Amino acid sequence: MPKATPDLSTNCAGIKSPNPFWLASAPPTNSGEQIMRAFEYGWGGAVWKTLGQDPPVINVTSRYGSLDVGGSKIAGFNNIELITDRPLEDNLKEMLAVKKRFGDRAVIASLMVPCERQAWHDITAKVMDAGADGIELNFGCPHGMSERGMGAAVGQVPEYVKMVTEFVKEKSSIPVLVKLTPNVADVRYAARAAKAGGADGVSLINTINSLMGVNLDTLTPKFAVGGKAAHGGYCGPAVKPIALNMVSQIATDPETKGLPISGIGGVSTWSDAAEFMLLGSSSVQLCTAVMHYGFRIIEDLNAGLENWMAGKGFKTLSDFIGVSAPNVTEWKHLNLHHKTVAEIDAKKCIGCQLCYVACNDTAHQCIAVKSNGKNGTSSRVPYVVQEDCVGCNLCSLVCPVEGCITMKPVETGHKPLTWDEYVKNGMTGYKEVYKRVHG
Amino acid sequence: MDSNSRKIFQENFKEIHPPLRPEEALVEANRCLYCYDAPCVKACPTHIEIPRFIKQIASGDLAGSAKTILEANAFGHSCARACPVEVLCEGACVYHDWQEKPISIALLQRRATDEANLVGLEPFEPGPDNGFSVAVVGGGPAGLACASYLRRLGYAVTLFDREKDLGGLNTHGIAEYKMTQKVSADEIKRILALGVTVKKGVEIGRDADPEDLLSGFDAVFLGIGLGETKRLGIPGETLRGVWDALSFIRHVKNRDLKPLGQSECTVIIGGGNTAIDAATQAKRTGAARVVLAYRRAETDMSAYEFERALARTDGVEFLLNAAPLRVLGKKKAEGVEFARTAVKNGKVIELRGSRITVECDRVIKAVGQAKQISVAKTLGLELRPDGRIAVDPRTLRSSHSKVFAGGDAISGGKEVVNAAADGKRAAYGIEKTLRPGAALPPGNEYWVSTIEGRRVAPIPPRSEEMAHA
Ligand SMILES: Cc1cc2nc3c(=O)[nH]c(=O)nc-3n(C[C@H](O)[C@H](O)[C@H](O)COP(=O)(O)OP(=O)(O)OC[C@H]3O[C@@H](n4cnc5c(N)ncnc54)[C@H](O)[C@@H]3O)c2cc1C
Ligand SMILES: Cc1cc2nc3c(=O)[nH]c(=O)nc-3n(C[C@H](O)[C@H](O)[C@H](O)COP(=O)(O)O)c2cc1C
Ligand code: SF4
Repeated sequence: MPKATPDLSTNCAGIKSPNPFWLASAPPTNSGEQIMRAFEYGWGGAVWKTLGQDPPVINVTSRYGSLDVGGSKIAGFNNIELITDRPLEDNLKEMLAVKKRFGDRAVIASLMVPCERQAWHDITAKVMDAGADGIELNFGCPHGMSERGMGAAVGQVPEYVKMVTEFVKEKSSIPVLVKLTPNVADVRYAARAAKAGGADGVSLINTINSLMGVNLDTLTPKFAVGGKAAHGGYCGPAVKPIALNMVSQIATDPETKGLPISGIGGVSTWSDAAEFMLLGSSSVQLCTAVMHYGFRIIEDLNAGLENWMAGKGFKTLSDFIGVSAPNVTEWKHLNLHHKTVAEIDAKKCIGCQLCYVACNDTAHQCIAVKSNGKNGTSSRVPYVVQEDCVGCNLCSLVCPVEGCITMKPVETGHKPLTWDEYVKNGMTGYKEVYKRVHG
Repeated sequence: MDSNSRKIFQENFKEIHPPLRPEEALVEANRCLYCYDAPCVKACPTHIEIPRFIKQIASGDLAGSAKTILEANAFGHSCARACPVEVLCEGACVYHDWQEKPISIALLQRRATDEANLVGLEPFEPGPDNGFSVAVVGGGPAGLACASYLRRLGYAVTLFDREKDLGGLNTHGIAEYKMTQKVSADEIKRILALGVTVKKGVEIGRDADPEDLLSGFDAVFLGIGLGETKRLGIPGETLRGVWDALSFIRHVKNRDLKPLGQSECTVIIGGGNTAIDAATQAKRTGAARVVLAYRRAETDMSAYEFERALARTDGVEFLLNAAPLRVLGKKKAEGVEFARTAVKNGKVIELRGSRITVECDRVIKAVGQAKQISVAKTLGLELRPDGRIAVDPRTLRSSHSKVFAGGDAISGGKEVVNAAADGKRAAYGIEKTLRPGAALPPGNEYWVSTIEGRRVAPIPPRSEEMAHA
């Protein structure tokens, strides 16, 4: 009896693919040859490197930079690349060839042209003829193109977002995703505008404005072009929490709730992808992880997601897409009477005392060590004075040993109380669940 | 087991490479660079996609990781302990170029397969019945690996082994401080769950005619390993207290120490890994003194450097350039007389007037296993001059169109991992022979792709469609 394997196929805003993993619009999708190779490895879809009007743009050399953290390469990634620098005709011909060979995969044309109705109509017609399954409007590119009134310059103005989306929807008979920029105060306005303009869904995030550093020998910016740098767009593992927040905001905003989302930003593993999906994404896009390790990672993404789903008893993606979103709420709805305290597993502790110094210098002074020599002990193992612990998590975060410091829920016996309710109750009803004064 | 034996196993047979704790495994997994076209994968005879299974550990997908391992190597759970990784995958790790510690591949492999074992993961399914049947002779790593892949392809498999416990030397031979019989048993259980008909205690050639297999089955796989330990051919060899290494080790593995008696001094004769295993396990089971005697110089020993180092750490004395002349004693071994030797033009010569005697009460012969040729002879198979079964290296088909062979029987004695790789290759060879041109049943593409080492996506020449670019 063959075991039932979970079904990974997805439908994001009407764009179907055999698995939810798409290559984001970026150098990995620069050409048909690359995309075909990626599809051979098993990628579910690809958003073509953003297409624009001819003559194609010119790129600079020296384009990418990275932030390495503690020996870990590419925790964050920066680029100052523009849209495709290849002629539109070449890209369209290749798109047709890709669709011919891989009919079951999603090919999405990312587009960026000046804010004129005709320009958008023309390019929309062309990519439809080339067999694209969907269109993604690049309103997100934060560098270079935005100086020319495109990319983020559109995405930052909700009226433009709506207008251009309408231009494209007038012409398009295939689904249209609007790719949002994170370089705004509140991403929900652009998402609402996209929806108002008729978008079938949104994809986010594009890259975040960034400058990677300064070279302390030459005193010029790092990853510069001949000694000068322009700000770039930041992505990679470091941006995931920012992207997750924006995805959850759109998934829970009453005005955009239910609008299909393609999640992007710092996805490296199947588990990152699962998180995006739990918060409401029906497909996920990857760029930096692919640029770091190559197309081959799709095998692990598929296998990992499938094994996790099997373990959870999920048969299809729709069994879990969006189920965690309702648990993201505003601060004022959090339970003030919830209490957790830290606990150190002395058996696992290796005595580095990072938690000890962190709590005492910068948190709430409730981790102690038995003084050496006294009481006949010379233990380096700290302990938590749980009456004083405010449950901030810091110690468990700095602890290098997995599972050594855990946060234990404490039953306070008090009815749940939110800030909202507290205010409505005339600032009454709160029982102290942690110590706010130094003892 | 008496209390003394229990104490011996508790104290002296602790695992030589204890498992990583989950958090240690995570740290180690994240150290892996995830090389492309990785040298470790090439160095593994079964071509496990090592960087992939390690990244799967790092991403928390232990089931996926175990599957990646077991797809390529049906004995991946055992190999995580048994493999001489210093000369295989870990020896190839690019970290060596930085003078840094290579990734602990074996321990990470163990992390994944231990977990899979713990949760009873059965990653594979038998293929749909294809109407063909295969007889597998020998239930060691070669035979069992072959059986597992044949089942996945949809063959009916009957496996014969003359022993009552399967696993061959994986069960009876691997040094006890590397791996216990439980690990082998777990591995076998997972393989047999694919639906193999097992005939234990049946020796082909004694209890059944090899020719009958040819008429009863569509193909035969011989994974019969090697024969008994070679004789020394010197006087005194039959005295009490003279052991062959395999039986000695088998007693240790069975944790049955009584028959081995006590020993004040044990002399091991031989220079291979088996000699080392015999020496270390003699020492660990309580022999006060252990002398390992070898005819040539230490650098000539076929035992790996790290194995020799282990013997030294265990306190084994090396007696080099010493050839045994006879075992002394009336009824029981009381010593061994050696001639000192030198090597001249590649040949060992005895130095005159140089004889020495080592007093001992036990002698263990570890001078290699003989080839087992009777079954092959009965079937009329072509043999190599040294008695190994001759096979086509691509398909492992012998000179007989229906007979395939693998493992020690064709290699003359390598490792578990080589036998497992052979079993895999032969299963595919059988498929190609019996069902030429047939499409692989679903679920078999991946392991087949690991036979030669996985496709690493050659960057293809630009296709016609792309030619204009
Ligand atoms: C002492 C010792 C230590 C070793 N240590 C290691 C180690 O640490 N790591 C490692 O990787 N490798 C080690 N090896 C090598 C490894 O065990 C072998 O290479 C491997 O087991 C070979 O597998 P096989 O299936 O070819 O043969 P075997 O394991 O020998 O299995 C052959 C099987 O066939 C059966 N059989 C034989 N003839 C017949 C017949 N006529 N009819 C029915 N059944 C038959 C036998 O009973 C046996 O079960 C060691 C070997 C020895 C001797
Ligand atoms: C080098 C580079 C070039 C990019 N080019 C484009 C582009 O042309 N169009 C676009 O919509 N996004 C572009 N992006 C943004 C990515 O599509 C993606 O939104 C972003 O990298 C976040 O995903 P990640 O964290 O997985 O990299 C580019 C990113 C990089 C790193
Ligand atoms: S990856 Fe290196 S070799 Fe390739 S284009 Fe960039 S700088 Fe040049």
